[in-house]
Amino acid sequence: MRYLPLTEDDRKGMLARIGVTSVDALFKDVPASARRTGPIEGLAPHEGELGVERRMKALAGKNIPAGSVPFFVGAGAYRHHVPAAVDHLIQRGEFLTSYTPYQPEVSQGTLQYLFEFQTQVALLTGMEVANASMYDGSTGCGEAVMMANRVTRRTKAILSGGLHPHYAEVTRTQARWTNFTADELPADVDGTEDLTGLIDDTTSCVVVQNPSVFGHVRDLSALAEACHAKGALLIVVVTEVISLGLLTPPGEMGADIVVAEGQSIGNALNYGGPYVGLFATREKYMRQMPGRLCGETVDADGRRGWVLTLSTREQHIRREKATSNICTNSGLCALAFTIHLSLLGEAGLTRLARLNHATAATLADRLAKVPGVEVVNDGFFNEFTVRLRKPAAGVVEELAKRKILGGVPVSRLIAGKPELDNLLLVAATETTTQDHIDALATALGEIL
Amino acid sequence: MANIKFTKDHEWIRIEGETATVGITDYAQQQLGDVVFVELPDVGKGLERGKDAAVVESVKAASEVFAPVDGQVTEINKLLQDQPDTVNSDPQGEGWFFRIKLADIAQLDALMTEAEYNNMIQELG
Repeated sequence: MRYLPLTEDDRKGMLARIGVTSVDALFKDVPASARRTGPIEGLAPHEGELGVERRMKALAGKNIPAGSVPFFVGAGAYRHHVPAAVDHLIQRGEFLTSYTPYQPEVSQGTLQYLFEFQTQVALLTGMEVANASMYDGSTGCGEAVMMANRVTRRTKAILSGGLHPHYAEVTRTQARWTNFTADELPADVDGTEDLTGLIDDTTSCVVVQNPSVFGHVRDLSALAEACHAKGALLIVVVTEVISLGLLTPPGEMGADIVVAEGQSIGNALNYGGPYVGLFATREKYMRQMPGRLCGETVDADGRRGWVLTLSTREQHIRREKATSNICTNSGLCALAFTIHLSLLGEAGLTRLARLNHATAATLADRLAKVPGVEVVNDGFFNEFTVRLRKPAAGVVEELAKRKILGGVPVSRLIAGKPELDNLLLVAATETTTQDHIDALATALGEIL
Repeated sequence: MANIKFTKDHEWIRIEGETATVGITDYAQQQLGDVVFVELPDVGKGLERGKDAAVVESVKAASEVFAPVDGQVTEINKLLQDQPDTVNSDPQGEGWFFRIKLADIAQLDALMTEAEYNNMIQELG
């Protein structure tokens, strides 16, 4: 399809055909008092391409790009090395321009990679069935809670104090009109929270994050048993999907639904999005699952092929009784995920996960020696919490002045809790070098 | 068969004393095509006339099955979980959906007889 802008003659022709004299006349239903004329205050006038580029570059120059400085920011979005092959392949026109298929079976290539994606997600999470992706981890979390409410026909969720506060907030927003209630639990800074006593016959689900937002890694088996004893579902959230290369999959610990943010594999930080949500569950709950689902089949000649299946759960068929209002998936981000994970392979993912953990362990050891820094965690994957002598937000500003992005102050996630103000979340990945670690430790020593 | 009645939404209800069995008609299963899944109500659930009672999914569409009368579910057809195509092969026999305890027998008077129902679907073509 060519892209050709309309000519003045095209416009005149169309206007003449419908008997209107000008484009403005099409808006005559909008009262004149509600119509804006003239420039918009605060918005620069239009410029040529060169001028716009200059202005945008000047704006971008105010940022400190993650790749240009020692970088320890995580809390749900992680900087990893994405092989050049990933971007090269996803920019092929066949992938880049194709939207989520509504007449799916003509798009066998798209369906095939979505099927591969689902297979990878199921294997990673240790679950039986995965969908073709959600918008991101947090909306996946909200969908999981609503799904648990449908399965259990209950409405009370327990959201762990180790769950990323943004995930809890998105869940509350999404489930707002579904009779959803949730207990507000205190931040689980030490990773010692025990939720088993809170679960009762009215609990629909327990939502825990592993590793938690404070970095703690937990065995969730006992919690899963406690949930199942009361007929509740265990939802496990993973915000750093690389961790699944090393940790016991949530499915093996008894999770009923696993949601994850898949950004770490194949996708750059991208200012916080677009990302890709992973969503997996048990086969017995498949019909209550949100989102698109790709299946393998054979055609009339017995050849292998793919279909979108169980679409009757979806909004375009089931209307207001659909399992979700999601009618799409994060196709291109899911493709990047699939290509990157295919390039890594199982052994490569495990090695990458080990490298992440080893780097974070080196970082923790180094920071623990800095006066005024206390490492909170006993165990972690590639991110952990430190307690500083001073409020973390101010320290991070000081670090930024030294061209070091030092982590996420907990006060950025949970405001108005002075007892959390000195806590800083610090992440390391395979992109973190010994020089970066030394730079952070030295700078912290000077600031504190 | 005087003890069987029909709704305009293509459910049938066979009265057996104080209880009744409900399913979808032969015409309904033909319109739906191959049935692949049936979602049934929980036993003990109270149903309200004209409100959602079950869902039947075919390769073409998902449709609601409405309660023909008020009542409480006493039994569901577990056969449909594994063999939903029974709805196609024997819609008014083995392919029944659920049984209910009738709340108000008088409500049955508002439903169609078999002859009235057959006339209606003839007009539908």
